[in-house]
Amino acid sequence: MTPKTIQPESATSVHRSALAERPEHSAQSPLSIHAMTVAYGKKPVLWDVDYDAPKSALIAIVGPNGAGKSTLIKGCLGLIPRASGVVEFWGQPFRQVRKRVAYMPQRESVDWDFPVSALDVVAMGRYGRIGWCRPVGRAHKRAALDCLERVGLADVASRQIGKLSGGQQQRVFLARSLAQDADLYFMDEPFAGVDAATERAIINLLRELRTQGRTVICVHHDLATVPDYFDHVLLLNMRIVAAGPVKDVLTQTNIARTYGGRLTLLAQAAEAVAAQP
Amino acid sequence: MSNAMHIFLSIDLMPLLAVTLALLACGLIGNFLVLRRQSMLGDAISHAVLPGLVIAFILSGTRAPLPMFIGAAIAGGVVAVLAELVRRLGRVEAGASLGTMFTIAFALGVLLLERATSGGGAARQVDLDADCVLHGLPETLTWDAPNTWGNVFTIASLETAPPQIAVLLGVFIVVAACIAIFFKELRIICFDPALATALGFKAGPAQLVIVALVATCTVASFEAVGSILVIAALICPAATARMLTDRLTTQIWLSAIIAINSAVLGYAAAGFLPGLLWDGYAVSAAGAITVVLGIVFTLSALFSPSQGIVARAIARQRLTSLIAVEDLLALLYRSEERGHLPISLSSAHQTLGGHRGTKAINRARRASQIDTTADRIALTASGQRDAAAIIRRHRLWESYLVDEAGIAADHTHDVAEVLEHTRDDAERPIAPVAGPGIDPHGKVIPKK
Repeated sequence: MTPKTIQPESATSVHRSALAERPEHSAQSPLSIHAMTVAYGKKPVLWDVDYDAPKSALIAIVGPNGAGKSTLIKGCLGLIPRASGVVEFWGQPFRQVRKRVAYMPQRESVDWDFPVSALDVVAMGRYGRIGWCRPVGRAHKRAALDCLERVGLADVASRQIGKLSGGQQQRVFLARSLAQDADLYFMDEPFAGVDAATERAIINLLRELRTQGRTVICVHHDLATVPDYFDHVLLLNMRIVAAGPVKDVLTQTNIARTYGGRLTLLAQAAEAVAAQP
Repeated sequence: MSNAMHIFLSIDLMPLLAVTLALLACGLIGNFLVLRRQSMLGDAISHAVLPGLVIAFILSGTRAPLPMFIGAAIAGGVVAVLAELVRRLGRVEAGASLGTMFTIAFALGVLLLERATSGGGAARQVDLDADCVLHGLPETLTWDAPNTWGNVFTIASLETAPPQIAVLLGVFIVVAACIAIFFKELRIICFDPALATALGFKAGPAQLVIVALVATCTVASFEAVGSILVIAALICPAATARMLTDRLTTQIWLSAIIAINSAVLGYAAAGFLPGLLWDGYAVSAAGAITVVLGIVFTLSALFSPSQGIVARAIARQRLTSLIAVEDLLALLYRSEERGHLPISLSSAHQTLGGHRGTKAINRARRASQIDTTADRIALTASGQRDAAAIIRRHRLWESYLVDEAGIAADHTHDVAEVLEHTRDDAERPIAPVAGPGIDPHGKVIPKK
């Protein structure tokens, strides 16, 4: 971003200039969040989040229920309004790089009784490339089928999605985000409700994406597998508690601070007060 | 042109066209209400617009489409905002606030109607009254049809057709065109609004467009078919079609076919059936069509090949007898394993339970899985294979339950007894802890 384009009276210009002073925000970073706050009504869910995602890495977002993990993703993608803050992808606003960003919502977020086949759902990942009003052409169907093949579901391509098992549904969602053929993937709990074998298959696919130089950001629930599966971790509890390489960040203290929630913050405040003369 | 044809053109053609177009337009857009599980919204809109229609009529003095539509749109919008306010301030759930607001709006509309029609007011002269609101008056759409075919298709004669037909035709074309052009977009917006928005197909505005289309269809159809049929037309064809197929395109085509057929059948029934049955006058076409929609819905709920009550009952019955046969085969296999074969028919009966056992034995015999001679019963070669497959599943499950799920060996039999009947082609390799090919009870797991 060049400072010349800044319009002084616009509200975002304040953030933009602030952003310009931060050297670590480079056009290389697939995701730069600066001072993002998201509120549902008057209740803030995310406070003043700053984060820069490294390139070609598997990143876990970890935190207790209600920590704002899904909200962080939705805020980045503009699915819910941000109260403040700037989010940039490779130094550009989201609407200019839509095609380079894939999103996999939680499995429970859709109606699995919907009258579509597994292939139809995976083909939805291609819609951004197909554009408005054009039907899903043969080449895109082929691409969608390839993605189903990669998750091992080519033989159920024409089955209605409600007739698939939970693990298969999760893999259909994964195939759909693969079909988006993006450089940055947001996945909301890709491992939720799948068995051990499916979990291994999914993590292998994610590693494949990383090898290809892509970045994957997952909301993840199982702290135990974070060191195995992920390179970076973002500990979240309404604010970012800590973020960085797993081996540096995933410490007992940080985990306690994340999951201890407000109690810990209160305790810290009490300590701080007590420490004052 | 025959006299009967001239009567048909003059009296029946336009009402029939009106109800068909109204059902088509409502039926098509209704698919997306049903898909988004917002069927109540159609109900709400069609009730909520009534006060708007009446006020627009009082103010403008005509039933021309434009003022009617503006009035309806304003009323619909106001009721939607009020419902949202009630939901937030009253802390009630969305369905309750919507239900409260639209019935109040409808009642207000009825009161306004009474005021507008009292003392032979203007409304009385143009058939705007409570009856009309409830079941519409398609029968009043007569046409001064020419009596020669050559004159029917001239611009002059078509111009004398009731204006409502043109409005309904226009609305139907708009709805059908929107669905055809934006099919892919509608599908993703209804299925996964979050992904749709992330891809640039903004779900919020699109959902507003869907609601606006529903409102347009409702208002345009209101006069021709009345509020009851509008609600039925929005939901019934789509809900019926949904039961008959698992594909969205098929569902939409089916809903259109159901809409057309119900309109024609219902209209014909309203005209002819009363005369045939009890020598009475024709009944309300809107009422008859709604009943036909209801019958079609009920029939498909009963007889849909995949989801119908009858099909499900048959499938359940088949499964029950399949399980009985499998239990019989497993029983024989175990007896043979212990060296107790052949066993007597009566002991097989005892183990499996009377009637169920008899049916299972008969089925297995017909499938030549067993041989019965006199009172003895034994597995044939093919029965042996089938039985081994069942026992294999049973013992693999037992191994899994003990080794992987950590259940005590003497607690696994009942669970495995259920799971052995499930079919999973993708069998995972399992290495039983008890030893290769040995289940937790020390029995041999039959090979594939």
